[in-house]
Amino acid sequence: RRNEINVTTKYSTTPPDSDPSQRRRVHSMLKHYYGLNEEGKVTEQAESLDPCDINGPHFDPEVYLNKLRMECSLGELMDHESCMVKQIRSLDSDMQTLVYENYNKFISATDTIRKMKNDFKKMEDEMDCLSANMAAITEFSAHISGTLQDQHAQITKLSGVHTLLRKLQFLFELPARLNKCLELQAYAQAVSAHRRARCVLQQYSHMPSFRGIQDDCHVIMEQLAQQLRQKFRDGGSSAKDLSECVELLLQLDEPAEELCDKFLSHAQSRFEADLQGLEAELKDSPVTDTGGGLVQKTNPGSNPVSPSSSSTTNPFLSPTAGTDILEFIDRGCNEFVSSLCLVIASYQELFINRPQEGELASKNIPEMANGKLHVFVDTLAARYFSLVERRIQEEKGVSDNSLLVRALDRFHRRLQAISKLLPGSAVPSQGTEIVVRAARERIKQYLSALQTFYHDSLTDVRQALAAPRQSAGGASVSGGGATSKDATPSLPELLTSLSNFILNQLKSVLASVHLFTAKDITFSNKPYFKGEFCSQGVREGLVVSFIKFICQSSRQYCESAGDRGGSTPPALLLLLSRLCLDYETSTISYILTLTDEQFLVQHHTPVTPVTALCAEAREAAQKLLNHYVKVQGLIISQMLRKSVETRDWVNTIEPRNVRAVMKRVVEDTTSIDVQVGLLYEEGVRKAHSSDSSKRTFSVYSSSRQQIRYAPSYTPSAPMDTNLLSNIHKLFSERIDIFSPVEFNKVSVLTGIIKISLKTFLECVRLRTFGRYGLQQIQVDCHYLQMYLWRFVSDENLVHFLLDEIVGSAAHRCLDPSPMEQSVIEVICERG
Amino acid sequence: MEDDAPVIYGLEFQARALTAQTAETDAIRFLVGTQSLKFDNQIHIIDFDDENNVINKSVLLHDAGEIWHISGSPADKAVLTTCYSKTSESRVLTCAAVWRMPPEWESGNHESPDDSSNNPQTLELLCHLDNTAHGSVACVLWEPMGDGKRVISLAENHVLLWDLQESSTKATISSSATLEGKGQLKFTAGKWSPHHNNTQLATANDTAIRGWDLRSMSQIYCIENAHGQLVRDLDFNPNKQYYLASCGDDCKVKFWDVRHINEPVKCLEEHSHWVWSVRYNHSHDQLLLTGSSDSRVILSNMVSISSEPFGHLVDDDELSDNEESQQEDKGKEPLQDSIIATYEEHEDSVYAVEWSAADPWLFASLSYDGRLVINRVPRALKYRILL
Repeated sequence: RRNEINVTTKYSTTPPDSDPSQRRRVHSMLKHYYGLNEEGKVTEQAESLDPCDINGPHFDPEVYLNKLRMECSLGELMDHESCMVKQIRSLDSDMQTLVYENYNKFISATDTIRKMKNDFKKMEDEMDCLSANMAAITEFSAHISGTLQDQHAQITKLSGVHTLLRKLQFLFELPARLNKCLELQAYAQAVSAHRRARCVLQQYSHMPSFRGIQDDCHVIMEQLAQQLRQKFRDGGSSAKDLSECVELLLQLDEPAEELCDKFLSHAQSRFEADLQGLEAELKDSPVTDTGGGLVQKTNPGSNPVSPSSSSTTNPFLSPTAGTDILEFIDRGCNEFVSSLCLVIASYQELFINRPQEGELASKNIPEMANGKLHVFVDTLAARYFSLVERRIQEEKGVSDNSLLVRALDRFHRRLQAISKLLPGSAVPSQGTEIVVRAARERIKQYLSALQTFYHDSLTDVRQALAAPRQSAGGASVSGGGATSKDATPSLPELLTSLSNFILNQLKSVLASVHLFTAKDITFSNKPYFKGEFCSQGVREGLVVSFIKFICQSSRQYCESAGDRGGSTPPALLLLLSRLCLDYETSTISYILTLTDEQFLVQHHTPVTPVTALCAEAREAAQKLLNHYVKVQGLIISQMLRKSVETRDWVNTIEPRNVRAVMKRVVEDTTSIDVQVGLLYEEGVRKAHSSDSSKRTFSVYSSSRQQIRYAPSYTPSAPMDTNLLSNIHKLFSERIDIFSPVEFNKVSVLTGIIKISLKTFLECVRLRTFGRYGLQQIQVDCHYLQMYLWRFVSDENLVHFLLDEIVGSAAHRCLDPSPMEQSVIEVICERG
Repeated sequence: MEDDAPVIYGLEFQARALTAQTAETDAIRFLVGTQSLKFDNQIHIIDFDDENNVINKSVLLHDAGEIWHISGSPADKAVLTTCYSKTSESRVLTCAAVWRMPPEWESGNHESPDDSSNNPQTLELLCHLDNTAHGSVACVLWEPMGDGKRVISLAENHVLLWDLQESSTKATISSSATLEGKGQLKFTAGKWSPHHNNTQLATANDTAIRGWDLRSMSQIYCIENAHGQLVRDLDFNPNKQYYLASCGDDCKVKFWDVRHINEPVKCLEEHSHWVWSVRYNHSHDQLLLTGSSDSRVILSNMVSISSEPFGHLVDDDELSDNEESQQEDKGKEPLQDSIIATYEEHEDSVYAVEWSAADPWLFASLSYDGRLVINRVPRALKYRILL
């Protein structure tokens, strides 16, 4: 496009010489002609192929002329021709200008070249002069160095001699210097000096002068070594001094093994002192203990019993025990363990970790030294441990567990330092074992303390039960709860206070044991304390064992009391039975949940399930209650039996009253009813028992009783009695007299009444009655009927047994003429 | 193999006294004494036909009074003693006497069993064991396996040793002992030991068991508080001379070694009321029978304290006989102390149990309502003991 514009401008414009833009166009056109565009690149234009383009390279004048001739009119041709002429003229002038310009430039260039030629010539001359000068300088320098060479060699030699002389001087002065060092006790300096000279002396020892020096040095060094050893042997020097000594001795080629031994034996002597100090403390405590030893022995037993007494015994404990365990362990840690650590550290620094140089490396000192160290530490630690264990065993009182735990923690923590210093040592693990043993022992102690506590609480309860008339003594378990108003704390109060005491005690024991697993205690993350301690130790060994112990001892109450004729008060049996039952229903699971929560027990080993414990507690409760029924039943039976056996029933007088013993029986039954009702629920009766006693009894006496033994007096039919009673028995259930009872009041009372009445029956069957004897039995039975029905679950039971009694009495009667029912009623109501 | 059903026999009267006819070793025979204040009392002779499983009975009249205790002579099967209560002047006294059964009871009975109740024969009185000076007699004991010449009667707190002379028609006290102490002491039961040449006696009073030497008539041991309550009965182990079983009102049966009287060797508590009677089997002393006023009879197998060691016979068999090992697997496990069976045929208190003198696998029990039940040891157990 640009070319087109150029062409058009060429056509349209006249060649103006003056205008700069015109000039540039001319330049560009020239450039174009020579095939250069503005960027200096040859461009091939498509339209330039046109032969009619007057500026194009392929311009063909013939074609152009023909084209013009064919296309243009004459006028146009004329115009065209004039235009062409104009253009040619301007082009010619342009060309002339250019040629002229270029010519001038050429002339000036030729001038410049000529001038340059002249300048170069001058420069060549100067260069020649310079090279000549340089050659002269070189010559001079060589001359000077040649003259100086001799002197230089002499100086070098002189300086060598000087150093040698200095060395020699050092050597000659060495003995004196060493002596001086020795005097000043600057052993390190002496040794380093000697070390420097040693090789030389060794090398030139064949020369007599040097030999003399060497011998002198030897003597001095020998002396020095002697002094060092002396110092080493002396106890007074500090660990740092010692280590310096050892280092120097090592440098003096002293055998390392011997040094190790010496070092260790030296340390040993100091540890000996520490251990003896500890042991003295140990021995001390039994000595001072003998005075208060008995007190201390009894303390663990009585100590946990009541919260009040523990405060009084605690201050007593501290003076008798000498130093407490924390102090002991502290002392052990501070004196023994820390200096042991120090010794280990310096030993390691001296013999094991030091950089090995020269021939020392080949002797394999670290291995040997390490072995020695291990043996040394192990023996010492074993003694220390035995002392600690003895001390721990003395720790019998369970009053303050935190002290023990803190002591053990400190003990264990300090041993960790050893494990860091001596990675392969068995000492820390042994220490852990001691801690574990101590923990186990502690659990056992707690268990026995709990057991004693339980026994003592029971004794207190027993006293409270046995001395009801005493006015509010200090013996009461509730510790002043029931002081003023009522002489005795009632059974429920006793029960709650007892179970609270036990529970609180157990909780406090758990809390103290829990200290073993506290987060800030170092050994609490040992596997034993995470697993076995919690599950086997605390849960099984402490809690479960204690619960089992309660059940066990409860059962023992049943067994021992049976033979010795009821040495246990029945109320205690009742109370324990309720306690066991409460344990079964709630307390056991509560305690175990508490334990599991507190100790986050993960049971890897099988543990006693709650259900098994509950079953055991229930069994114990059942046994106790059965025993209670038996004991109470026997007490009443005994009264009835004596009353039947001691009376002459044949010759008795006509009954006017209910016998006193029957009233007593009813009274006792009522009081038992009250007693049981305090602890056990009512229980279920058969529905029809709400009728009044009177009506049931009248039915019983008028219908059944009359029918029953009226025929038996007629001589004709002896069979009828048996038949009737047999028929009766066919329809009534068999009565188990000493059968297990349920956990409610009615069942308990039913059991007691069954036992009593059955005894009554059996005793009646062994006697022979007169007429009034029978009547007395009738009156008594009616009286019992009136009052006993309300206590039992099924009053038919009472009816049946009383029926049997009256029936049997009638059988055993020589002159059976029963009393009028109305008379019986009058007598009973009156009495 | 099924066990035979128990055989039950009913008496018209109430009864407490039962004994096996000790001298009779062929027939299975029990004697029962009735208790009735209104009618003439009887002694029922119960013959048990083991093969046909039937009972033959004969009745003898005992018109002296109601019978509290009965005991047969070990030498003469026609002779027996009873303790009976006699009422006179509104005073009741229990006396003892030696009787002879009329010789013709057996033959006459068999011919017409129906007549026996209508026309019962009467016992022939041989002699009284006169006790007017000593009070009521609790029981009369024959010398075990003796010649039927010596009996002991326990009257209140006296032990009386009688010599029977002139075919038992005359009884004289050869020696006596009296238990002294505070309170009214009264013997409730006693047993003549078959060991030590019949020189020892054991008695029970209240909760204590005492041993007596009959030669010196002095006490040789005393188990105070043997039972929590009254001791009701005793029996000696027939094969182990120092072993003795007792029972009482604490529902327990206890086994004692009289050389160590502080603790019982063993104690059973299976009954739910007083235990009135305890009897060792005469031949196999691991078998023990107890009767109680809970109307039950319990047969126990006390192997651990018996004279027969644990199943050693079984072991011997096994060594020789491998073929039967399959069968004997059951017998291999040693027998444990256990209750073999509880018999509940009674509906009233059982006051007496007794092994048969003739058949060691058979026993009788008597309840107050007059029901006599004859039972056998279960066959399985019997064969295990025998084989």
